[in-house]
Amino acid sequence: MKHLLSAADLERSEAIEILDTAAQMAATQSREIKKLPTLRGRTVVNLFFEDSTRTRISFETAAKRLSADVINFSAKGSSVSKGESLKDTALTLQAMGADAVVIRHQSSGAPHTLAHAGWTSGAVINAGDGTHQHPTQALLDAFTIRRHLVGDGGRADVTGRDLAGLHVAIIGDVLHSRVARSNVQLLQTLGARVTLVAPPTLVPVGVGSWGADVSYHLDEVLTEGRPDAVMMLRVQRERMSMAGGGFFPSPLEYTRGYGLDARRLATLPDHTIVMHPGPMNRGLEISADAADSPRAVIVEQVSNGVAVRMAVLYLLLAGETTNTKAVGE
Amino acid sequence: MSSGTGAPADGTHDETLVLGVPEISRALTRIAHEVLERNHGATDVVLLGIPTRGLPLARRLATRLAEVEPVLDVDSLLGSLDVTMYRDDLAHHPTRTIGATHLPPGGIDGKIVVLVDDVLYSGRTIRAALDAISDLGRPRGVQLAVLVDRGHRELPIRPDYVGKNLPTAAAERVRVLLEEIDGRDAVLIEGAVL
Repeated sequence: MKHLLSAADLERSEAIEILDTAAQMAATQSREIKKLPTLRGRTVVNLFFEDSTRTRISFETAAKRLSADVINFSAKGSSVSKGESLKDTALTLQAMGADAVVIRHQSSGAPHTLAHAGWTSGAVINAGDGTHQHPTQALLDAFTIRRHLVGDGGRADVTGRDLAGLHVAIIGDVLHSRVARSNVQLLQTLGARVTLVAPPTLVPVGVGSWGADVSYHLDEVLTEGRPDAVMMLRVQRERMSMAGGGFFPSPLEYTRGYGLDARRLATLPDHTIVMHPGPMNRGLEISADAADSPRAVIVEQVSNGVAVRMAVLYLLLAGETTNTKAVGE
Repeated sequence: MSSGTGAPADGTHDETLVLGVPEISRALTRIAHEVLERNHGATDVVLLGIPTRGLPLARRLATRLAEVEPVLDVDSLLGSLDVTMYRDDLAHHPTRTIGATHLPPGGIDGKIVVLVDDVLYSGRTIRAALDAISDLGRPRGVQLAVLVDRGHRELPIRPDYVGKNLPTAAAERVRVLLEEIDGRDAVLIEGAVL
């Protein structure tokens, strides 16, 4: 594994290796001293062309916990706002000796271009590109699901285990969601069954080839599908025009049809966990009752995100296949 | 871990058996008694095995300590210490799998930590282990027990308890096989391929 660009690129064994490594990383994060010397001397650049708080902070924390140097580069207030191209930005970073570039970009495919155009020799990690992929989010979701639902709810050792037999419902704005795309691919690679639930206007064209079930009826899926995990997606209103952008008549109507509230929460099996990639629109796709209920693992997803990103950085950077080899040996 | 253990026996090596089942058993029994003698019992002792083969060795030592002093409880004596993330040679090898670090319930603060590994060679694994320990707590002392000391140290590190001193040439390989992992107990020395 040289880059992490798409959840579709991950073989089952690679995905499990990342989850197992993340479990060891998570164990180190409950210690008093959380910092490890593992990536000392390596440089990780966070290249963010799109607004992000938790993903950038998560990657920054992960890199710092492994003792890598972190350079944060956001498009706002940088040379990009003066019109610099992705290529020139990448060449600049290469000249500074970046061992890994974590990139978020509003255009689908930008990380792929960065990885394959020969502008940088470092590892490229996709931290979300357009409506395409967000592989580390899918990995942290799979990690969270495995931790709660495999191996007797965390009491047994889950090392090497996948998600076979589990049913995950992904609900909401699938059309604009890179989180949904990455999750559908990764969860299926790991053996889980996925049902997408969305209003017809927010179901992407060509969803039939994804391999997941598609439903327009949330109540039916929750009661009859008996999902083990319910993943609520954020309604991405910044990618829609004003109001619902014509995707749904009104926020209230969306909430009635596809919001997770106390009534729907009560219809779920006892062991079902509630997930959300954040940031949440409380009162739109998820009610406060659901977001704050004991079965919500939304805050835990954030801390698992750090562990998963530490694992990805470790697996991409610690071995002999990075920048330093060409220079140092 | 830096000892070159675990290479497959493919028939091209010249193998010599150095320690068999009874010798390994006797060496561990002796080390257990030495640990008890040196530390005046084992009430403050914590045995930390270094994966992979340090783990079963630490468990066997803990079992022996508990046999001699029945007040001791094996699980509260025993832990594992993965040193992968503290190694200084990560960039020179393919990515290593990270093992589990598990401390006994009482932690290691104020305790005597006995590190347990199969082969002591360059000493770099132990250096990494010392770094790992200092991130986990502050033991009163750290001691080192190894089944085989094969020499060729690259750092000023020495063992406190040794099963067998084994003078070797750098080109030779020392392989430790343990029942729990390899299905049998043996220490083998393999000559260089000619």
